[in-house]
Amino acid sequence: MTIIVLIKQVPDMEKVKFDREKGRVDRSSAGTEINPFDLNALETALQISEKTGSKVIALSMGPPQAEEALREAIARGADEGILLSDSKFGGSDVKATSSILSAAIKKIGDYDLVIAGIQTVDGDTGQVGPEVAGYLGIPHISNVESLKDYSENSIEVVCNVWEGLYLKRGKYPLLITVTKDVNVPRLPSFKNKMKARKTEIIKWGYEELKEVINESQLGIKGSATRVKKIEVPQQSTRKGKVFKDCDNETISSLISIFKENKVL
Amino acid sequence: MIDKEFNGVLVFAEQKNNNIHKITYELLGKGRLLANKLQCELYTVILGPNNIDLQELIYRGTDKIYHIVNDVIFNKPDELVYSENLVKLIKEIKPEICLFGATTFGRSVAPRVASSLETGLTADCTDLLIDDDGKLVQIRPAFSENILAHIISDNYPQMATVRYKEFVEASRDEKRSGEIIKVNSIDTHNNLVEVLEELLNENINIADAKVVVSAGVALKSSEDLKIIKELADLLGGEVGASRALVETGIISKSHQVGYSGNRVKPNIYIACGISGAPQHIAGMKESNIIIAINNDPSAPIFNIADYSIIGDMYKIIPKLIKELKSNN
Repeated sequence: MTIIVLIKQVPDMEKVKFDREKGRVDRSSAGTEINPFDLNALETALQISEKTGSKVIALSMGPPQAEEALREAIARGADEGILLSDSKFGGSDVKATSSILSAAIKKIGDYDLVIAGIQTVDGDTGQVGPEVAGYLGIPHISNVESLKDYSENSIEVVCNVWEGLYLKRGKYPLLITVTKDVNVPRLPSFKNKMKARKTEIIKWGYEELKEVINESQLGIKGSATRVKKIEVPQQSTRKGKVFKDCDNETISSLISIFKENKVL
Repeated sequence: MIDKEFNGVLVFAEQKNNNIHKITYELLGKGRLLANKLQCELYTVILGPNNIDLQELIYRGTDKIYHIVNDVIFNKPDELVYSENLVKLIKEIKPEICLFGATTFGRSVAPRVASSLETGLTADCTDLLIDDDGKLVQIRPAFSENILAHIISDNYPQMATVRYKEFVEASRDEKRSGEIIKVNSIDTHNNLVEVLEELLNENINIADAKVVVSAGVALKSSEDLKIIKELADLLGGEVGASRALVETGIISKSHQVGYSGNRVKPNIYIACGISGAPQHIAGMKESNIIIAINNDPSAPIFNIADYSIIGDMYKIIPKLIKELKSNN
């Protein structure tokens, strides 16, 4: 069977800078990494692959340098990497991104399971996974916290949805989104790092996808939403009162805080 | 009413076991303001059994309820069934705005609906307003909460999911009247995904708690959780935890506060022995009052605390418990 893992290269959120005056995100201020939740998606694919002998394809849309993220995915155990990159794809919102990713998956054609992280740390929407499933016309299971059983035809998972934990079974083709709890991602191995260096990353632009998608569905033209303005909010100011000793005065101050805020 | 192709504000009312999720009343509160501005009607759509009590939705401001009726298929979280039924209704009634709660289920169903309608969807909004052109401005945090983006939709309906506890609940008026329209459900019954069972889960409602007392890895054992629980009980609150503490196995995931756990917004948040990783702060920084107890003066949690207590939680909490008890 074939498993496709959706990967996004994101800025390192601990280092990225935000320009409050210009209302801008300065992506160049930080290095990049694979979206942390996507590593859990990849690990899920690798675990299933070990039992079923599946092929694992890492699929990403992004600028040419996102190739690095796909090499890293191969170093961590993926078999192949496909990068969707074209200036026509720039400015895509959730709808256009999901349309392009689903077009590439249609072009791959022979697939069973698509796995995505629950959300990205930059866009933060958590919508691309379910929308890709929607555009492919296949079912999806969101927020998978653990795998119970899997075979070449179906998968049984525990997912956190509808204010509860549910055991669900899905037949392929299927898309699942996974949380951080599903596993601990493995590190790249030496052998796979060597392989990643040699493997050719497949690159598809609009030319390669035009039998499965219309030009009007791409980028800004294919988007249904646009960002009108970005605000970088001030961190809320807090009182910042410090107590250095845990003496009686500290305790009685806390009691008065509880009373003032009507929890006592 | 203005005559246009898309008209009305539609709110998705999530129900489970015939209980309507409280976020619905918050959506109705904001939905009413938007509908007044647009001079249109406020609709609610609910998918559920025939006997579900819908009166509260009318008291809270709904003009028209579309009740898609089925006694079986809506009693489990089946995104395909929900979205097929919602898409059919939305195509018929053509609302100009559709609002979903950003619950786990809302965040899973709404994207499927949006993709079927080939329209946009803005996730996790914290505010909504109407601009001078009559367009819905959707305001949402992104980049791990570091920015606020103002988003406009070019397609209709304009769809958004909205975070819990951002909007004021709609006021309640028992004199209000509204219309209930029963709609036949469609059941494609494809069984591509089967919901096998709901697993037993610790039923704690940390998101609704007025006080949350959270512990981090400074907590040494599950035995020591007792003092955290005791403090939380005395304050009428719930116990929270950092991701790091959950990972030690001392406490279950349902208590986790953070970006990938529960987001909480209590009146008082007490962080005990939590250093304040960005992922934790993202889940609690909207709390009204933040009290942090940590013996490391450089702990990042102190940067966002109203009251910083530099000291050992094992000394402070028992003293606090003693004082609270003598106060009672």
